[in-house]
Amino acid sequence: MSLSAIACEGLGKRFGDTTALDCLDLAVPEGAVYGLLGPNGAGKTTVVQVLATLLRPDSGHAEVAGFDVARQAAEVRARIGLAGQNAAVDEVLSGRQNLVMFGRLYHLPLGMARRRADELLIQFALTDAGGKPVRQYSGGMRRRLDLAASFIVAPRVLFLDEPTTGLDPHGRNEVWQTIRTLARRGTTVLLTTQYLEEADHLADAIAVIAAGRVVAEGTPDALKSLAGGDRIDVELRAQGDLAPAAALLRARLGADVRLDYDRRELSVPVTDRLGALNEIIRSLRQEGITAEDIAVRRPTLDEAFLHLTGGGQPASSDTTAEPGEVNAR
Amino acid sequence: MTLTPPLPRTLRSRLAWAFSDALVITGRDLAHWARQPGAVIANTLLFPVMIVLMFGYLLGGAMTVPGGGSYRDFLMPGMFAMTMVFGIGTTLTSVSADAARGVTDRFRAMPMAPSAVIAGRAAADMLNSTAALAVLTGCGLLVGWHPNRGATRAAAALALLLLLRFAFVGIGIYLGLTFYRSPEAVTAVRTLEFPIGFLANPFVATSTMPAWLGAIAQWNPLSSTVTAARQLFGDPTGSTPSWVTTHALLMAAAWPLLLIAVFFPLSLHRYQRLSR
Repeated sequence: MSLSAIACEGLGKRFGDTTALDCLDLAVPEGAVYGLLGPNGAGKTTVVQVLATLLRPDSGHAEVAGFDVARQAAEVRARIGLAGQNAAVDEVLSGRQNLVMFGRLYHLPLGMARRRADELLIQFALTDAGGKPVRQYSGGMRRRLDLAASFIVAPRVLFLDEPTTGLDPHGRNEVWQTIRTLARRGTTVLLTTQYLEEADHLADAIAVIAAGRVVAEGTPDALKSLAGGDRIDVELRAQGDLAPAAALLRARLGADVRLDYDRRELSVPVTDRLGALNEIIRSLRQEGITAEDIAVRRPTLDEAFLHLTGGGQPASSDTTAEPGEVNAR
Repeated sequence: MTLTPPLPRTLRSRLAWAFSDALVITGRDLAHWARQPGAVIANTLLFPVMIVLMFGYLLGGAMTVPGGGSYRDFLMPGMFAMTMVFGIGTTLTSVSADAARGVTDRFRAMPMAPSAVIAGRAAADMLNSTAALAVLTGCGLLVGWHPNRGATRAAAALALLLLLRFAFVGIGIYLGLTFYRSPEAVTAVRTLEFPIGFLANPFVATSTMPAWLGAIAQWNPLSSTVTAARQLFGDPTGSTPSWVTTHALLMAAAWPLLLIAVFFPLSLHRYQRLSR
């Protein structure tokens, strides 16, 4: 427990008839970038609001940086940064004025608040825009300023609630870059996102949440393997070749080959990717079967996500692929 | 490397922190004035002046004050009070904008005293209204109005007006924190200024209204402040004697204090439970 930057047990929160959090458990190790992944309404923002002391849970217990969020809120607040879904900065003031103001509210002396503002403007690539009012900033610049404001005291734990929602790809890359830099300096980052790609890029570990519960957690790779292991997809030229090719590969590789007649495609689960690829090419050539395309692919996080959150299937019923460090609940 | 800021551990340092936080929040508003002086001049300073000219000259010719006296002298204290009423919108708008944008949640996730955020807002709005009152007083002097009963009573009248404004700050913060999620609701709530402002006596004497409406208007907290200010400035009051008009001074203090006692604690409560 002491090694966890964030630890929650049995968190519950209801809003009227809606259950936002349903006995949610979470443990985030110190220094990790941890992704909370889930569809809209899964409870991601509620988790962040509880952990950032903005919302009291109805039940359960949560600690951030070793302090209880309900009973030691001031201690928690001194150690966290929060960047929510909007850029929570003053639109009229300049970027620099915003940072100085937030620095003063952390009780840095004026001179130090100014120095810190200038450092942050450099660190977040906002030096040129520092004197301009925020309302003239682009979306990406606003988010960077927002991140800078949540980083004034270099917090132990940083909460980022959908930090790239609404940004164009350029702005998103800028923000990703910034988050990676922050994480390298020892801050534990809890990131919520509905973009699988974002979690895949940034997070060391991911918890998939749905309906206020953690349905699975693990590394991005381990989660992907929940949706099955690697596959090789082979697209054939002639539809008539599909059945004989499937029989051939079943015999040669001993694998359960799937057929897709519409796409004239065979899909073969593999473990030794390169060996299997060689074997498939050789076998097809020997039999005179022409392949149009052949691709080795890892399952995407999307597949894992759909697998975990969709269809009402309990995720644990079907974790035949090596579970790795995944804990499906 | 991560840093943890120090936290105040004693009551004294807590108060010092809260005071310093409130100053920073107030300073933020003053920085807004410096950044957009045009908006401030137009909204808080020119608007009331325009209304004085409109009512004093355009409509004032058709107005007579029951019991006699100059309509412009009757109007000026009413205009001072109306400026306080329009302050509700100023407070409401800035509070709801901060809450909607997440700035308020950022403050709440920082080691700040909740009272500091509210006190800072209140101080900024009081400064703003004091400036508006000063401009309007100057404008009144230019059109020939002046206090007739000495500087002390005039100062007391201005103090009662600002006390009412302070009560309206509490109402504005509470409404802003309650309705911030919908800009339409904020606009709708803002129109509350009109029943508060017009179902009262700033522009016309309540005796000119239908009896039942006049009774409601007399009990409007605004009317007590206006009547008290008229008495203290030595301007015509146009009021018919009734308990609430004869106790205008008492009520001009009691009403705002009651509103303050209700709405500041409510605002604090809202602030602490802001997240949905």
